[in-house]
Amino acid sequence: MTTLALVVGHSEEIAPGIRELSFSRTDGGVLPAHPAGSHVVVDCGEGRRNAYSLTNPGADPREYRIAVLHKSDGAGGSGHMHSLRVGDTVTVSRPRSAFAPVSTARRHLLVAGGIGITPMLAHARDAVRWGRDVDLIYVHRPGSEAFSDELAALLGDRLAETTDEDEFGRLLDKALTGQPIGTHLYVCGPGPLLDRVLADAAAAGWPPERLHLERFVPAALDPGREFVARLARSGRDVRVPSGRSLLDALHEAGVAVPNMCRQGVCGECKVPVLAGTPLHRDEFLADDERGAAVMCCVSRSKTETLEIDL
Amino acid sequence: MTLSVSPRLATFPFPFRADSYRYSTNVEPARVPVETEAGSWGAGILHLDDDYAAELAERRRILAADPSRLQVLPHMRPAAWDALLTVLRELHAQHPGSMSLEQDGPTFVWRNSLLGVEQRFTEGADDSLPGGPLGFLGSQIQDDVVLLDQREGSLWADAGVVTFAADWSLGFDVGMRFLEVHGPVPRIHEEGIISRAERFLMRLQPGEECRRTNWSMSVDRRLDQSTEVYPEWGPDRRAIVDAGPAELARRLHLRVEVQHLIRLGASGAIMFLIRTYLVALDELASVPAWRERLGRVLAELPEDMADYKGLVRYRDAAAHWLLDT
Ligand code: HEM
Ligand code: FES
Repeated sequence: MTTLALVVGHSEEIAPGIRELSFSRTDGGVLPAHPAGSHVVVDCGEGRRNAYSLTNPGADPREYRIAVLHKSDGAGGSGHMHSLRVGDTVTVSRPRSAFAPVSTARRHLLVAGGIGITPMLAHARDAVRWGRDVDLIYVHRPGSEAFSDELAALLGDRLAETTDEDEFGRLLDKALTGQPIGTHLYVCGPGPLLDRVLADAAAAGWPPERLHLERFVPAALDPGREFVARLARSGRDVRVPSGRSLLDALHEAGVAVPNMCRQGVCGECKVPVLAGTPLHRDEFLADDERGAAVMCCVSRSKTETLEIDL
Repeated sequence: MTLSVSPRLATFPFPFRADSYRYSTNVEPARVPVETEAGSWGAGILHLDDDYAAELAERRRILAADPSRLQVLPHMRPAAWDALLTVLRELHAQHPGSMSLEQDGPTFVWRNSLLGVEQRFTEGADDSLPGGPLGFLGSQIQDDVVLLDQREGSLWADAGVVTFAADWSLGFDVGMRFLEVHGPVPRIHEEGIISRAERFLMRLQPGEECRRTNWSMSVDRRLDQSTEVYPEWGPDRRAIVDAGPAELARRLHLRVEVQHLIRLGASGAIMFLIRTYLVALDELASVPAWRERLGRVLAELPEDMADYKGLVRYRDAAAHWLLDT
C-alpha cells in the first residue's frame, strides 16, 4: 500500500513521558479520512514500524494526531518518536480501521487505561458529534492525565476518571452490571487491564460480540523473499525480487498474464506450476488445486525456483 | 482502430472478456481506463453523459411515485452524510467548471450548473436538504446507491437510493446481510464467489476503491426494472419472442452495470454505486467484435444463469440475430 510522506506540525510533551505529535502534508492539503478508532503505521527508524491510534476527528482531516508513551528504555521505536520535532519528515501509512464504533449499538461504554486513551478520544468525539450515547472510564497514573481537559469538556459527567485501582474496580463493576442490553464495550490499554475488563465483562454476562478491543491490522502483504520463475516453454528464468509480484515480474519480462483484482480473489491470473513449491497467499484456489497452480498476483515461491507452464 | 460510433457506444462498458461468461469475484481497481473496440470507459468513478438530466428526472418521478426506493435505517445517518460529501467533492474535482462545493464551518453550498442547482445545507441536519443527504445525493448522480454497514463479521445493506434496479427491490433487501441479498443468485454460493467477495470488501481500508461489472438484458430502454413494478416490464419478456428480427434488435438491450465499491473514510461504511448502461442490439451491432462476442456469450450461457437473468425466452432469438443475420 502507498505510504504518505508527511511533516511534523506539532510536537509536545502533554504528560510525563507522553508526547503528542501531529503530521500533515507539506502543502497543508486534506489527508485520507478515516473512522474513529483508526490507526496509522509510522516508520520509527532502523526498519521498525509502529502502529499508533489517531486522536484527530476523521472527517476531512488536515492533520493526523497521535500520542506516544516513552518506554523506559526507549526501545521499540518510542525513543525515536519522542525525538521528532516540528519540521521533521515522517513516513506514515494510510489510515487503517479495525476498532470502529458499532453503528447499531444502543450505547457505547469506553474503557481506557493510560496511553490506551488515544483511540477513545476519537471515539468520544465521534459519539458526541452524532449524538450517540457514550460513557468513558479512564484510569491512569497520578499526574499522567493526558487529554483529561478535552475529555471533560466533551463528555461532562459521562467521563469517570480515576488514578486509583480500587476505584477503577468499582466504576467498572457498576458500569458492567448497570448497562442496558445493546451496549457495546470498547477497551484499550495495557495487557493486564484488557484481560481484567474482558474477564469481568464475561463474568457479568456480556456476549463476546459486544466486546471490542483495539487491534492493529497488518498493513498489506509482506514483500516476501526473492525467487526465480522458470518459464518451461521458453526455458527463460525471470527474477522476482522482494516486493515485486510474480505477475509484475512476468509482465516486465514481456510475458502477459490476464489479471483483474490483483488481490488473489478473482481467479484470472492462475498459472500452472510444474516444479517447486508455491507460497500461496490467495483466497481463490481450492485446497486440491494448490499443488499444481499459483495465483501470480499475490503468491510467491517457497523454493528458490518455481517452474511454471508459460 | 477506433470505429466512428455514437457517444453512447464510445463510453459503453462492454463487459465480456471472452466468448463465454461465468460468475467470478470480478473486482478490479477503480479509475483505470479500459480501452474497448469503440472507445473507452472507467477513467473516473462518476460518469455523467448525455442522459444525465433525463435520468435524474426519471429518478425524481419514480421516487415521487414510490418513496420506498429511498431507505435509510437510523444508524446509517453518518454514512449517508459521508456518502453525500464524498460524492459532491468528487463531482467538484471532476467538473470544476460546472460544479462546486464550498464549505464555511458546518454550512456548505453546492452548485451544479448542469442541473441549475444551488443548494445550501448544514452537515448533519437532514432537513436542510430535499430528500435528506441520501435523497439529495441521488438527485445529483445517475448511479443508484447502496450503503453497507460492517459489523458482526458481515456487511449489511442498511441504506440506499435505488430507482433503476434490475429485478430486485431495495425495500425488500434493506437491512439484510450481503449474503442474504445474494440469496437468489445461482452458483455463487456453492462456488464460494460471494463469501470471497464479502471478505474482500470487509478488508477494504478507508478510501480504497474498486469496481466490477454485471450484465443482463432488457426489453426497451427501461431503467426501472424493480420487482415492485414487475407488471410494467415483466410481460414484455414474453411478448418480445413474437417480434420480427428488426423489432427484436431495436427493442432488446444489453444492460450493463458498472459497480463501484468504495470504503468511505469518516463513517467506515461501504458505498456501492450502480451505474446502469443500456444499448440496443441493433446499435451495438455496429461494432462487429461486440456483435459476435455477445452472440456467442448468449448462445453458450448455461440455462440456470439465463433463467436467473430472465433471458431464457429470447436469448436464442437474440443470439441468432447477432450471429446469423
Ligand atoms: C465484489 C462484490 C460483489 C459481487 C462479486 C457480486 C456478485 C453478484 C452476482 C454474480 C449477481 C448476479 C447478477 C446477475 O447475474 O445478473 C449479483 C446480484 C446482486 N447483487 Fe451483487 N455482488 C457484489 C456486490 C454487491 C453489493 C455491495 C451489493 C449491495 C447490496 C449487491 C447487491 C446485489 C443484488 C441486490 C443483486 C440481485 C439479487 C437478486 O436477484 O435479488 N452486490 N451480485
Ligand atoms: S488477478 Fe485476481 S486472483 Fe490474481
